[in-house]
Amino acid sequence: MNNTTNTYNRRSFLKSSALAGGGLMLSFNWITKASASEKLEAVLADQWSELTGYIKITPDNIIKIYNPNPEFGQNVMTSLPMMVAEELDVDWKNITVEMGYHDNVKLGPQFTGGSNSIRMYWKPLREAGAAARQMLRQAAANAWGVPIEEITTKSGMLHHSNGKSAKYGDMASQAAALPIPKDLKLKAPKDFTIISKSKKNVEGKKLVSGQPLFGMDYYAEGMLIAMIQHPPAFGMKLSSFNATQALKMPGIKDIFSIKLYEDGFEQTGFDTRTFNDLLVVVGKSTWEVMNARKKLSAKWEPAGDIKETINGRGGKKEVIVPGKLETTSAQFELMAEMAKKPAQELRKDGDPESAFKNAATIIERTYNAPFLAHNCMEPMNFFANVSEDKALVAGPVQAPGWIEPTLSKLLNLPPEKIEIQMTRMGGGFGRRAYGQFAFEAALISKKMKAPVKLIYSREDDMTYGIYRPMYTATYRAALDADKNLIGFHVKGGGIPEHPIHANRFPAGAIDNYLAEGWQLPTNITIGAWRAPRSNFNAAAEQSFLDEVAEAMGKDPIQLRLDLLKRAKENPVGKNNDYNPERYAGVLELARNKSGWGKTENSGYSRGIAAYFCHNSYAAHVVDMVTRDGEPYVERVTSAIDCGIVINPDAAINMVQGAVVDGIGNAFYGTLTHKEGVSEQTNFHNYRLIRHNEAPKKIDVHFVQNEIDPTGLGEPPFPPVFGAVANALYKNTGKRYYNQPFTNENNGDI
Amino acid sequence: MAKYNLKINGKTRAVDVDPSTPILWVLRDHLQLVGTKYGCGIAQCGSCTIHLNGTAMRSCMLPVSSIGKSEITTIEGLSEKVDHPVQKAWIEHDVAQCGYCQSGQIMTAAALLRDNPNPSEEDIEATMSGNICRCGTYLRIKEAIITASKM
Ligand code: FES
Ligand code: FES
Repeated sequence: MNNTTNTYNRRSFLKSSALAGGGLMLSFNWITKASASEKLEAVLADQWSELTGYIKITPDNIIKIYNPNPEFGQNVMTSLPMMVAEELDVDWKNITVEMGYHDNVKLGPQFTGGSNSIRMYWKPLREAGAAARQMLRQAAANAWGVPIEEITTKSGMLHHSNGKSAKYGDMASQAAALPIPKDLKLKAPKDFTIISKSKKNVEGKKLVSGQPLFGMDYYAEGMLIAMIQHPPAFGMKLSSFNATQALKMPGIKDIFSIKLYEDGFEQTGFDTRTFNDLLVVVGKSTWEVMNARKKLSAKWEPAGDIKETINGRGGKKEVIVPGKLETTSAQFELMAEMAKKPAQELRKDGDPESAFKNAATIIERTYNAPFLAHNCMEPMNFFANVSEDKALVAGPVQAPGWIEPTLSKLLNLPPEKIEIQMTRMGGGFGRRAYGQFAFEAALISKKMKAPVKLIYSREDDMTYGIYRPMYTATYRAALDADKNLIGFHVKGGGIPEHPIHANRFPAGAIDNYLAEGWQLPTNITIGAWRAPRSNFNAAAEQSFLDEVAEAMGKDPIQLRLDLLKRAKENPVGKNNDYNPERYAGVLELARNKSGWGKTENSGYSRGIAAYFCHNSYAAHVVDMVTRDGEPYVERVTSAIDCGIVINPDAAINMVQGAVVDGIGNAFYGTLTHKEGVSEQTNFHNYRLIRHNEAPKKIDVHFVQNEIDPTGLGEPPFPPVFGAVANALYKNTGKRYYNQPFTNENNGDI
Repeated sequence: MAKYNLKINGKTRAVDVDPSTPILWVLRDHLQLVGTKYGCGIAQCGSCTIHLNGTAMRSCMLPVSSIGKSEITTIEGLSEKVDHPVQKAWIEHDVAQCGYCQSGQIMTAAALLRDNPNPSEEDIEATMSGNICRCGTYLRIKEAIITASKM
């Protein structure tokens, strides 16, 4: 059974190209792009034979596998090569893994985000391993004069029943010259020896010994440090500056202002800019630049409305960024006003108007959430070395292929003259899908005619971010006199987007259903933030369902299961984008594993929530106690269905991390503005969850199946909010409608 | 600018920097010892934790002028062969996600175990709550410290 569609694994063709070294290289081509052969030659050393862009083997049987995708803690450095190794038939302990070079022709989309890494590489990477194995077998068959069918492999060795055997390395160069096999048969899950067996992080040793892996650690001879002084508030711009004092400071090389984009520059959807005027300080060391920055005297002025040209997924459009200086409390008031006005209909089933008119009981609740900063532990940074005819940029970025065209335009260099190196990222959470910092670094390096590392201070990172939008949603449920759920209505809005996924549960399970959305513009930059939209919906919808269950006199898990049964057996409407069986599966698993309803757990205030997003299903039971007078989540039971789990131990780590992150943001996460100025600037006033606030226990259970794997970085995260809200109700007797779930935010008990 | 001879990881290193420069930036920018991380610069996150004469300290607010003859140990100098019990336990439990905070976590944990070889869960929580992990690896950090305490 395979319920997923994969937009990336449709291999358009297998490409082969002759290389200077005499070998032959295979590559799997997803997107049309000119071959960057110059880059490849630089990568290849003489002794390596390359079998597919992902695998290199030396005559001494050293086998190297490239991880194609940027690593931000989701552990793709380990899990993606595991998929290659599985089909290649090699001993995992003899494999060397390296971060891949950037080349979307050879190494696929190379994009980390949307919980897509495993899903989009599942087929291509196993095919790469299988293709290489078959070519090695063919080379041995040719050398020994026997049919390929008689050649077997085991742990990096080739064998024939006549007693002959050879290492992969012995046959690698001949194999690399062979035609590319077609119709590759891949292993059945029951035959996996590497996939689904826990493997340690291949960078574990480097990480615990402080090796330079991150963008912040990047060093090049003669490198200068740059920082940018941004306007103090969203909606402001640079008017003038005086750098006389700052330039006298030790170590300072230059201070100047430049524009990020020239007027009319056509931005892609991921070219989001926080500010366009960059007041830049460049010097020899970070501390010197930080000190000089304090001596700058700059004048700022209102930027007014700004016109941007965005050519994103929805096609080309002109966007007006409003100039108003925004204040969070006023923004919430504005949202409440907007919520009363007519909105865009997103989905309608049956006759919701009549259902609500005829209802015996109507439950109506409104949920709100503020902006959130990503707060990646490693602040934004990037290295660039730009000269007249080429550029090297290096750093932490989730989608190098997305920044390349923009760099090319900004630097006026063809893409093949731009090398992008991917460093390990100290967190991403969506923030590093936007390459503004790379563009800034490149422009600064070009101006300085020197290698430059741009660093954001924590304050820069937090106050000039690309945030999670502000959201609101009003949910309404109509019950008849027998307490049957006969109508459901959600109207959601946000700054600058609404959060509604109209075709998700409970759509499909209720006869009369209406979903609507509206949005308000803003000059505060927003973007993808761990499980966009879902991170709000799962809180609102899953708390609301808890209240509906209570009004119906039903167990909250049972209500969901009943609705899912309806969606499975007799779905309402079309395009329901979840699988009711898998959704019910995680609820049932969570119910069983948590001992839901068992008396031994009666000492806990328990909350349940489940959600489907990014192609995977997750449910959590949160067990709350009162500790030192405060609600505290002591235990969590998590049930996940993401299909085949590649690296179980690492997957558990990620789910536990998502649970901790969810609890932290549910209780504390908020970024507010006053007249465009961020009121939180660093970790002393932006509260992140700490060690003593994390649960003592998080039990993670995976639904065991053989469904093609889907993602895990995001799906476990959103339902944590809902489960926490529902446990809070049990613990305090009060419903928490506003994030973060503080009392001051939710009225007194 | 002023010249300092710093004792770092058992070696003497000479630097010529402004006296106000925090040790964090001396290590990172002037000595290319980049295992010690910048996370906040205001002693809130613990990413920059080093040992000063064996005591865990935040290096981001520790000016070079205040060091004198004190011995600095960074993550790079915690062990020669990456075999300090805390490092071994960290690998055994595969603690890291992004890994950025982990140098600081490890240095804090190593100092804790030096002072308190058999910490209770409460001791661990109290000490480790000064170190933020944005990826949420706290459960494994605790497990790894307990494992290390038994090595
Ligand atoms: S960088 Fe020193 S405590 Fe955060
Ligand atoms: S592992 Fe990412 S911040 Fe701790």
